[in-house]
Amino acid sequence: MKKISLSSILSQLLLLFFVIVWIIPTFGLFISSLRDKDLLAISGWWTALTTTEINEIYRMSGMESQIEEDGYFKIKGTLFEDNSGKKIESFGINSKKINEFKIGDIAIFKDESEVILDENGNYEWRSKSEFQKKKGKRLFTTSLSPPSFTFENYREVLFKEGIGRAFVNTMAVALPSTLIPLIICSFFAYSLTWMRFYGRDTLLAIIIASLVVPLQMSLIPILTIYNDFGALFGVAAKSYPGVWMAHTGFGLASTTFLLRNFLKSLPNEMMEAAKVDGASHYDIFLRIIIPLSIPAFASIFILQFLWCWNDLLVGLVFLDQVPSEIILTAKLKELLGSRGENWEILTTGAFVSMTVPLFIFFALQRYFIRGLVAGSVKG
Amino acid sequence: MTILNLLFIVFLGILFFIAYFHISNYLLDSYGGSSVKRYNFENSIRVIVFIAPAFIVLFIFILYPVFETIRLSFYDKFGREFVGLYNYKWAVNDPEFRRSILNNLVWLLVVPTLSTFFGLVIANLADRIWWGSIAKSIIFMPMAISFVGAGVIWKFIYEYRGPDNTQIGLLNAIIVSLGYEPQAWLTIPIWNNFFLMAIMIWIQTGLALVIFSAALRSIPKEMLEAARIDGASELKIFFSIIIPYLEQTILVIWTLITIIVLRIFDIIFAMTNGEWQTGVLANLMYDWMFRGGGDSGRGSVLAIVIMIGVIPILAWNLYKHRQEQKI
Repeated sequence: MKKISLSSILSQLLLLFFVIVWIIPTFGLFISSLRDKDLLAISGWWTALTTTEINEIYRMSGMESQIEEDGYFKIKGTLFEDNSGKKIESFGINSKKINEFKIGDIAIFKDESEVILDENGNYEWRSKSEFQKKKGKRLFTTSLSPPSFTFENYREVLFKEGIGRAFVNTMAVALPSTLIPLIICSFFAYSLTWMRFYGRDTLLAIIIASLVVPLQMSLIPILTIYNDFGALFGVAAKSYPGVWMAHTGFGLASTTFLLRNFLKSLPNEMMEAAKVDGASHYDIFLRIIIPLSIPAFASIFILQFLWCWNDLLVGLVFLDQVPSEIILTAKLKELLGSRGENWEILTTGAFVSMTVPLFIFFALQRYFIRGLVAGSVKG
Repeated sequence: MTILNLLFIVFLGILFFIAYFHISNYLLDSYGGSSVKRYNFENSIRVIVFIAPAFIVLFIFILYPVFETIRLSFYDKFGREFVGLYNYKWAVNDPEFRRSILNNLVWLLVVPTLSTFFGLVIANLADRIWWGSIAKSIIFMPMAISFVGAGVIWKFIYEYRGPDNTQIGLLNAIIVSLGYEPQAWLTIPIWNNFFLMAIMIWIQTGLALVIFSAALRSIPKEMLEAARIDGASELKIFFSIIIPYLEQTILVIWTLITIIVLRIFDIIFAMTNGEWQTGVLANLMYDWMFRGGGDSGRGSVLAIVIMIGVIPILAWNLYKHRQEQKI
């Protein structure tokens, strides 16, 4: 027998409220990135989901396009240049009465010229006397716009705005910045766990202290080192290898710490048995440790990769802000400054930058959570 | 640099480290002999081979910079002349610094507390509802995206248009539909800080949520059942059993988010760039790293102030580590 209690309904509603509040911002961004950029600028994204009424002002063509027909001077044309699927409901010729006429009505201007309009925006403007003005008259339309989505913004952002290249750059930063610490820290963590040497405990304490050191502490000295290094060898101070090593440095403590915690949980007997059989530490590492550590590696890979992919500060400080080096987050920040009103570019760019994290999130959520729970501590 | 070149360097960079470990170990393996002396020698060399890369990186990127930053904070803007406490005195008297440290403190007070609270409440709700895991996924999702991406998302929510235009920002659209005037949210001093904090809470609640979800499973079911049979309300169970039981976890999460918030930079940099009195220490530091050709003395002072914030946590971690070692 199931009893539906009041408290259970209340908690469902409360959770639903949280879910809605949490999903709406991202959902709005996603919808916006798929909208026509003109509509995006004049209406909220939530209107894109239903057929909506929009009010617009159009200007008809001027005297150049007039023709003489059936004793009238006529100007024919269409208001909607793009095929957006809008249907006109009503229109007006005066800004004070924008809904004065229905489709099929003949609207008469003060100069006795008349205009008829069909619902697709085709108009015929006719007059007994010749048109004299270069600019046509204005029409105020009220039309219904069905939901319509387009990938046009993505095409523009990826190829024209340089987001595509920034995407490649970010990959070139994040992948080595994840693999290098994983490689060197797995050996480091192995020796901290299974090898005996002088100063091991001190080293471990240093790692634990380094976990929480904010990376701001390192920025100025490392920038100085890079500048000196660049000047000494005549190479660029800001480069991809420089960023990899910086990320490696900042991720080293947490990667080592997580790996060591994992290695410590492996049975000691296994290592001893392998040693008795004459295996060297490297053999043990390759044949036993690596196969056993795949899940731990996966979790750490995801954490570090997302951290590097989403980082702004390191990419800003240690890379030049030029098209061949700029990373996605820095590019987005730049667009926020320079194209702050072009929401089609910003929303689409942001969504492009989120594709990889979201893919990882949905595909590998289990490993991601496991890594976080194991102790995501990062300085 | 073309994309092909880039791929090549990436490949080379990764290969370099694999080759280092493989070749050095291969050499050691082929040297390693049967005599005890040789075996011991081989092992001590191998320790060095295993540790060296990580230790060098740790030294260059963490250990040396900590001491160098402390040293630089007593030197002039180029790091050449000793100026004593001059930079510290500047900081204490600088209104921008005071504003930043105040903002940082408010961030530290609000964000970890609310994120932890929401995380705990949501974890608890989701645990008892059949669609809870989907809900958790959705609330956890912002954890995966960048602070800058989140900045764009929320800037769109806070978007402001003049009162005569259609509002395309969700917040203003709601406000207008309720009959109020639209506001340029991010430019209202004091309050704008809270609008920025909302973004961070939106992100970090997911972190708290997943850790609490894991921890909730460790609470013995019998205890909860017993409480329910005795007629305790869910609210009572939450405050009298769950919160005391998760005390340790709450502390861990709170510390974790505190560390993240302490060096918060991206959100403010992307949204307001510290204008309208929203600056925090990390932004001010970035500013001083490059403002007027850079001032390493003042920048270092700011870094140290951030560092001071984590020292209690650092000490606590080391203390806990000692305790564990003893067992």
